[in-house]
Amino acid sequence: MDLIWEGLRKALELLLTLDPEVLRVTLLSLQISGAATLVSLVIGLSVALVVALNDFPGRRLVIALLNTGMGLPPVVVGLFVTVLLWRSGPLGFLGILYTPSAMVLAQAAIASPIIAGIGLAALQQLPPGLRLQILALGASRPQMVWLLLKEARLPLLAAVMAGFGGVISEVGASIMVGGNIKGQTRVLTTATVMETGRGNFDIAIALSLILLVLAFSVNAVLTHLQQRSRRS
Amino acid sequence: MTRTTLLQARSLTVHRAGAQVLEVPALDLRAGEVFALMGPNGAGKSTLMLALAGLLPPTTGALHFRGQPLCSRAEIEAYRRRMTMVFQDPLLFDTSVARNIGTGLKLRGVPKDELRSRVETWARRLGLGALLDRPARQLSGGEAQRTSLARAFVLNPEILFLDEPFSALDAQTREGLLDDLGHILAETGTTTVIATHDQAEATRLGHRLAVMQAGRILQMGGLREVVNHPEDPFVAAFVGMETLLKGQVLTCREGLLTLRIRKESGDRELIAVGEADPGQTVLVGVRPEHVVLALQSDNLTSARNAFPGTVTKVIPRGPYFRVELDCGFYLTAFVTDQSLSELGLQPGSRVTASFKATSVHLIRKEGLDSEL
Repeated sequence: MDLIWEGLRKALELLLTLDPEVLRVTLLSLQISGAATLVSLVIGLSVALVVALNDFPGRRLVIALLNTGMGLPPVVVGLFVTVLLWRSGPLGFLGILYTPSAMVLAQAAIASPIIAGIGLAALQQLPPGLRLQILALGASRPQMVWLLLKEARLPLLAAVMAGFGGVISEVGASIMVGGNIKGQTRVLTTATVMETGRGNFDIAIALSLILLVLAFSVNAVLTHLQQRSRRS
Repeated sequence: MTRTTLLQARSLTVHRAGAQVLEVPALDLRAGEVFALMGPNGAGKSTLMLALAGLLPPTTGALHFRGQPLCSRAEIEAYRRRMTMVFQDPLLFDTSVARNIGTGLKLRGVPKDELRSRVETWARRLGLGALLDRPARQLSGGEAQRTSLARAFVLNPEILFLDEPFSALDAQTREGLLDDLGHILAETGTTTVIATHDQAEATRLGHRLAVMQAGRILQMGGLREVVNHPEDPFVAAFVGMETLLKGQVLTCREGLLTLRIRKESGDRELIAVGEADPGQTVLVGVRPEHVVLALQSDNLTSARNAFPGTVTKVIPRGPYFRVELDCGFYLTAFVTDQSLSELGLQPGSRVTASFKATSVHLIRKEGLDSEL
C-alpha cells in the first residue's frame, strides 16, 4: 500500500509544481492526438458522406470494411505505418519515421475508420426523405451536405469523441512509429509504459492521472456542446 | 382553357431495379391550376411528382419549364429554386419553427430583415404566429405540417408539389388544414400538383384530376369530367362509382340508351345516358349517392330505373350508411341514419332501389368481352 500512497503523493507534487517534462509530454499528446482527430474528421466525414449519399456497386462491402476498421488493432496500424515510412519503404523518402508527423499519420489511420463508421451511422439515421426535402427547398449540393451534417450534429460529435478517445489512449502505434524519444515523440501513454517498466511508479501514476483528466475534460467539453445543441 | 403551360413533360419513364415504374407520355401543367394526382398506394404518384420536380432523374423523357428545357444540372438546380415540395412527413429541421420556415430563404441568401418579415407573414397565415420560437420537435403533427407548408409558401414557388401532405393527420386536423390550404391557394393562385388517395381532398382542391394506376395515368381531365365520366372501370371505381354493369344496347334515342343486363336470375332493362349503337356491348356505372331506397310496399318512385332487391349488408360510414343490395346485380346505396331507421333497413329487408337515367353513366364501349 505504501507504494501506491507514495506514488500518489509524488504524482501530485509533480503536477502541482508543473514539472516541465510532464507538461511537455502532456502538450505533445494533446497536439498529436488533436491533429490526428482533425485529419480523421476530414477523411472520415468525407468517406461517410460519399457512402451515405451515393449508391455504387460494392457499397455494402465498403460499409463492412469501415465497421471492421473501427476495431483496427493499433499495433497492426503501427506496423504498417512503420513499414510504409521505413527508409527503404514506399514513403521512406519523406523521412518522417520517429517524428510527431508519423504519429499523427498512424493515429489518423486508427481514428478515421471510427469517425467514418459512426458518422455513416449518424447520416443514415436521418429520415430518408430529408435529402430530397432539402433539395426541394432549393439547396445546392454543398448546402445540402451542410444541412445534413447539421441535422446529424449530435451523433457526429459522438463520432469525434470516440475518435479522439481512441487515439489519446493508444500506445502501440505511437511507440512503434514515434519511438518514445524524449522531448520529441514522448507522449503520455508511451511515457507511462516506459516509467512503469523502470519501476518509477510515481511518475507513471502522475502521467496516468493526467491522461484520465485530459480524456475526461475533452469529452466533458464535447458533451456540453452536444447537450446544449440538443436543448436549443 | 387558354392558360399558358408552365411545365411540360413528354415521354417520361422511370425504371427502378430494371422494371418500369412510371410511364407518362404527356403531361402539361397550366399556370394557376391545382392538379390533383389520385391513385392507390404504389400507383406512382410520388415517382411522377419527384420526376416533375426535378428531384428524380427520369430514365427517358424531357421536361420543359416555361418553354425552356431542363437538361443540364445547372438548369435543373435553377428550376429547383423556382418550385418547392411538401412531403407527407413534415421533415422539419432540428431547430425552431422560425428557422425552419426561413431555411429556403436563407439558402437563397435573402437579407435578414426581409427574411424575418416574410417568415412572420407566412407563420401568421398558417396559424403559427405564437409558435415561432418553439423547437420543431415539440410540435404536434398538424403544427409540424403547417410549418412545412409555411416553409414552402414563404418561397413564393412558381410550382408547389404536395405529396400526400395530409395523409398522416387525424380527420379534424386535416379538415382545418385543408380549409386553410384551399384559401391560400385561391388567394395566391399558386400552380399546384397535389397527390392524394382521398377523393374528397382531390375534389376540394383540384381543378384537374389524373387517376393513376401501376405507373400510368389512366385518365386525365377536368375534375367534374373525370369524376362524372370515368372512361375506365378502375377510374370509375376509384372516383366512387361502386356499381359497374355490362350491358347490351337495345335502343339509343337522343342520348338515352336502353340496355339489357344479362344475369343468371334473368335479364334486367336499364336506361342510361350516353351514345352507342344498338347491339354494342357497353359498361355503365352508378354512384351509391344517386341510389334511392324505398320499401317495396310504398312503390312511389318516379325514377326511370327501379329494381326490387334485398339488402345484403349495412356498413356504417361516419355520418351515413353504405347499404349493399342484391337486385339481381350488385348495387350500393348511401343512406342517412334517419332513413335507415325509418325504413328499418337490415340484411334481408326487401326494398326498391331506384336511380335516374342521368345517374347512369356510360363508361366504355369497346373491348369488354375479355374483361370483367
